[in-house]
Amino acid sequence: MKLGYLAFRNMVSKPLNLLLSLLLLLLSVSLVTFVLQLSQQLGGQLSKNIAPFDMVVGAKGSPLQLVLSAVLHIDAPTGNIKLEEVTTLQKHPFVQTAIPVSYGDNYKGFRILGTEYGYLDRYNAELSEGILYNSPFEVVAGSNVAQRLGIKVGDSFISSHGLAAGSSETHDEHPFIVKGILKPTGAVVDQLLITSLESIWKAHDHGEVDSHDTDDTNQEEHLEEDGHHRENERHEEDEDEHHGEHEHHEDTLETSHHEHDTEKEITALLVKFKSPLGMIQLPRFINENTSMQAALPGFEIQRLMGLLGSGVQTINGIALAILLVSVLSIFISLLKTIRERKQELALLRTYGLRTGQLFGLALLEGLFLAFIGFALGWLLGRLGVWGVSKYMQASYGYALNVKGPELFELFLLGLILILAILATLLASRSIFRLNVAKTLSDA
Amino acid sequence: MVETSNLSYTYDDGTALAFPDIRLTPGEHMLVIGPSGVGKTTLLYLMAGLLPALKGSVTIDGTALNTLSRKEVDKFRGKHIGIIFQQYHFIKSLNVSDNLRLRQSFPKNTIDGKRRHELAQRLGLVEHLGKKVNALSQGQQQRLGIALGLIHKPKIILADEPTSNLDDGNCTKVLDLLKEEAEICQSSLLIITHDQRVKSHFKNQVVL
Repeated sequence: MKLGYLAFRNMVSKPLNLLLSLLLLLLSVSLVTFVLQLSQQLGGQLSKNIAPFDMVVGAKGSPLQLVLSAVLHIDAPTGNIKLEEVTTLQKHPFVQTAIPVSYGDNYKGFRILGTEYGYLDRYNAELSEGILYNSPFEVVAGSNVAQRLGIKVGDSFISSHGLAAGSSETHDEHPFIVKGILKPTGAVVDQLLITSLESIWKAHDHGEVDSHDTDDTNQEEHLEEDGHHRENERHEEDEDEHHGEHEHHEDTLETSHHEHDTEKEITALLVKFKSPLGMIQLPRFINENTSMQAALPGFEIQRLMGLLGSGVQTINGIALAILLVSVLSIFISLLKTIRERKQELALLRTYGLRTGQLFGLALLEGLFLAFIGFALGWLLGRLGVWGVSKYMQASYGYALNVKGPELFELFLLGLILILAILATLLASRSIFRLNVAKTLSDA
Repeated sequence: MVETSNLSYTYDDGTALAFPDIRLTPGEHMLVIGPSGVGKTTLLYLMAGLLPALKGSVTIDGTALNTLSRKEVDKFRGKHIGIIFQQYHFIKSLNVSDNLRLRQSFPKNTIDGKRRHELAQRLGLVEHLGKKVNALSQGQQQRLGIALGLIHKPKIILADEPTSNLDDGNCTKVLDLLKEEAEICQSSLLIITHDQRVKSHFKNQVVL
């Protein structure tokens, strides 16, 4: 029989003590690992998603909301802006790329984003099958959308109005056709259905034709409609000329914007600066001199994470306190059992076990407890991450990874084992002073 | 062969005890009788190396215990000495079978299921092997205590009041069993008792 077996039997022979020590340890470990995973992964996901862009220009409102909606696609947009207003910005010398995005519809809860090919390039999104969208109402699906909805190239679907699933208002005149599926990027692109800006404009155009046909009071909408109709015709001509040639087609889309800029609206413009000077000058200029607002995703997300960070620290503090209590509980329970088992330890000495082996027995028991507590706590923490991931995927389309043990967690295990060893050392000092003959006679 | 010579012990309060020399050949039995408080158990602990002899020596199979280090004494005891305690001691977290297995495991692994089964059978413990030790009756616990002193086939069996909790019938049975086991294993058997019933079973007696 191995000492380990005896240590194990000893450990489970006091189920209530064991339960208390284990629960405390489990609670602290799961709390620390869960919160850390959550904040790390959220931070990682957010920074990965905002990395391609330095600035977002959109309608006035909360800058955080603008960033959340236009870059991360987890909030409602602040409103629309005129494409015309941002054309100068697109040509600004400090600007490397400026990509307009327009959205407002969804298919089964996944957002349909109207944008340019440049958007895909910024996220290094590549096709895994099919081709890119070419003409209006053609889309490429992000990998996660395709997987979750079982979308294949050639499928068509009808979008619904709004950003949440289940809207009763659908755009059934214009079914979208899936032209391609993207490879997983690990970024927000995976959660989107991406199409041209024209698709979004047209989808909304038609919805309004009937209702506003006889309504002359809204001049602007009429202008917009006219613009769209003309644009449609133009676009169809372009189609014939540049069939299937992406580069050319993109150019055509760009030109068409410029021609009808006065009426077109987009939700936001995503900007990557060429020069750091842009970061200093442009946001201020836009906020002070235009009806639009400029938000810096990096800054906004840092602010958000700062708020989360203080919460994370508080929880870590609580978890540390629980950890210390759990070590104390292991110490007390070991101290108690070593006292109770004094005679058994003396008996083991008569069986020929050395003092060192008795100490090893106590140590094994302490280490078992610490290790099992850690392992269960770790598993519970990951289970929590998994649960949150499921919830987040269902409500925001963001998924978290259930990762293997991280370096920090191994440190945590080390710390717990060291504390357990210290607790055992303190608790088992009496082993070294054990008077075998006296203990056995005192029964 | 077990020998003691000039063995004496002084308690912390200054009371000194001197013991008569004992000499036992393999398979030989001896009874040490005396009223309570004359140091019978002290003699047993001295012979088991659980108490250090300040004067005199204990030699078991040619090894003098006082020439060994503390660790070596522990190891030697584990291997060659079997002790049957007056108050039985067990590992409560283990069942009967595992208690016996544990005794076979240290200091040298001599786990032998057949031996365990045979001994349990002779002591009437076979059907209790899977039980927790706390679930055993007094008599069963005493028999388990005896089994733990014998299972590893020691050179010498030191039994401290092995019959104190037994009725007459069981008393005779246990003494016969001890003698028989000592015979089989060629162990020397030293029984310490104040139980007058035991006297008639042994010729070789020392009175303290």
